Amino acid sequence: MPDTPIAVAMSGGVDSSTVAALLARQGRPVVGLTMQLWNQRRLPELSVEGATGRCCSLDDVYDARRVAEQIGIPYYVVNFERQFEEQVVKPFVAEYLAGRTPVPCTLCNNYIKFDRFLEMADAVGADHIATGHYARIRYCAESGRYQLLRAVDGSKDQTYFLFGLTQPQLARTLFPLGEMTKPEVRELARAMDLSVAGKGDSQEICFVPNGDYAAFMSAYLRDTGVEPERTRGPIVTSSGRTLGEHQGVHHFTVGQRRGLGVAVGEPLYVISTDAQSQRVVVGGNDELLVARLVAKGVNWISLVGAPAPIRAQVKIRNKHAAAWATLQAASDPLRVEVLFDEPQRAVTPGQGAVFYDGDLVLGGGWIE
Amino acid sequence: MERVYFDHNATTPVASEVLEAMVPAFGQTYGNASSIHHFGQVAKQRLEAARRQIAASIHAHPAEVVFTSGGTEADNMAVLGIGRAVSGPRHLITTAIEHPAVLAVCRQLEREGAEVTRLPVGSTGVLDPESVRSALRSETVLVSVMHANNELGTVQPIAEIARITREAGVVFHVDGVQALGKIPVNVSALGADLYSTSAHKLYGPKGVGALYVRKGTRIAALTFGGHHERDRRPGTENVPAIVGFGVAAELAAGNLATDGERIAGLRDRLETVVLDRIAETGINGARTARTPNTTNIYFDGIDGEALVIALDLRGFAVSTGSACSSGAVTPSHVLTAIGLSAERARASIRFSLGTSTTGQQVDALVEALEASVVHLRRISVHA
Repeated sequence: MPDTPIAVAMSGGVDSSTVAALLARQGRPVVGLTMQLWNQRRLPELSVEGATGRCCSLDDVYDARRVAEQIGIPYYVVNFERQFEEQVVKPFVAEYLAGRTPVPCTLCNNYIKFDRFLEMADAVGADHIATGHYARIRYCAESGRYQLLRAVDGSKDQTYFLFGLTQPQLARTLFPLGEMTKPEVRELARAMDLSVAGKGDSQEICFVPNGDYAAFMSAYLRDTGVEPERTRGPIVTSSGRTLGEHQGVHHFTVGQRRGLGVAVGEPLYVISTDAQSQRVVVGGNDELLVARLVAKGVNWISLVGAPAPIRAQVKIRNKHAAAWATLQAASDPLRVEVLFDEPQRAVTPGQGAVFYDGDLVLGGGWIE
Repeated sequence: MERVYFDHNATTPVASEVLEAMVPAFGQTYGNASSIHHFGQVAKQRLEAARRQIAASIHAHPAEVVFTSGGTEADNMAVLGIGRAVSGPRHLITTAIEHPAVLAVCRQLEREGAEVTRLPVGSTGVLDPESVRSALRSETVLVSVMHANNELGTVQPIAEIARITREAGVVFHVDGVQALGKIPVNVSALGADLYSTSAHKLYGPKGVGALYVRKGTRIAALTFGGHHERDRRPGTENVPAIVGFGVAAELAAGNLATDGERIAGLRDRLETVVLDRIAETGINGARTARTPNTTNIYFDGIDGEALVIALDLRGFAVSTGSACSSGAVTPSHVLTAIGLSAERARASIRFSLGTSTTGQQVDALVEALEASVVHLRRISVHA
């Protein structure tokens, strides 16, 4: 690898700080960049004292700057708030309003961290970028393609959020933590005496304080002056019996049990939501089991495509244990039909369906 | 890597004469200027000597100079001091291109019930004095217009505006933070009632400024405490910084003509060569009636933030605009006020030269600029 600078995406957390320090210690020229993505002061009603999972706080920038100073690298904060709102926050809100459950981290990876950030890397003359993601990239000489693999630390693996990465993006990206476990990373950070070694992990969706996405949506819609057309609707069973009323489909996600506000004998779960009719369908646990899904907007990573049916393990949400399925190509090359060997619980529109062959990420798409 | 500084509107290095004058005030003449004893008296002498130096540099009477913690406090003291001096309906007039230290405090007065008119400026970045006349109302209490703009360097027709405000009997505040040390300042000739200054823009220390308050102008107090600064600004005076400010103001007044001409020559050279060698560039705002050290140039198709970083990595310090709004998501309010599209505003860079700037530095900057702009346009990092 030539000795051009590496642009490290520094969030101020332990992982990306360790990446920057590791590369700098190897003698590579490193430029640290913190992406300012969201202004936490914009929706003041959400600023709960002690809220967890907040991104881009002044404290995080302080921490990243401190690490950059410690390891002696140039460091800048770059403002991507405009792009983040357009390409992550707005789709996030629109998806919920459409009755789906979005994955903003994947959009952020696709359009911000591995797109806009790569442009900024170009601007500072960096051929490569490095991030603190737990995943591995390998070049396969046989296929001539860059492959994405699960992290060695399975509990930290982030490949579920990285299925949208393209070959040009993978070719320029380094994931130095992919071969390490989280405890090893912390140990390394401590050994290198990084000021952030003891800092807690970030949580959930970075711009949604305390994981309360419904509160975020209300505040954001109020801030932007958008009133969703109709937010009330009936809660019904699959046989059409009305059990109650709700305040908007965006408050519900498939498989959700709590907060339905209806009480019948057996436990009830959200089976599906329909933004058009604003209906929330509920039912018993067995009604959540689905053996088939269609993924759209499919991106293939380790394969050029899937002309013939292939066997794969498929993950339908981040914490899901990948399940065996047959992938069936559709006439539209961006769509894939997934037929599970065993029905899966709570297949949720808007989430990602990521296809694995063991550790290898074959590709992935969005559940319809 | 040799580093070169082209951001003198953000701040300046402290001149060696200034530093030399300041040092004894820390460890030798360290008394509290309000104390009765010898230590206090010596500190008081230093304080008043500095006040005379600053008064002389703006052609004011020493009793009209109130020391503050800097330009922002001086602006706040002026706008709030007048805006809060009356109760009932009150109206203020300012411009769309003021510094946040004035605009934000006007917004605060709006929250307190005042009405504020923000006059537009044309593409030149220079206010038409007649627009002040048409904006005046019976309840107008203050007109606040900056002397020189921090982003463009454009100089406003202060004397003409003052004739209008005086006729109307309205107090006139001038934010002179970017003017003092760069162009002649004569508060009497300008007709300003209040005039804000800041030491660190003219090779003085940070954390000290002054507000000129014309004799007879009543301003409401903002902070409360002892009887310092004729009851207008309580708190033990920062004598070392004030001593430095005095020397800096005196130095600047003495060097103004020769420095100004030399620096303007370098600035013009920078503009000429940039426009000649780099395509799709242009100067923002008027090229006449400017402070000698400032130019603001757009480079179409590039992201100003990326250009600032790329130049910094090559050793050149420039900025996208006011240092106080760095990292802001919205494009410069000054550039959009003079009619730039958001895209062109984001593609604009401010270069501000100083006493240490040399022709060699300008040439090296142009080399780095050309290379960076070509690179950024090739990889198309869009604004």
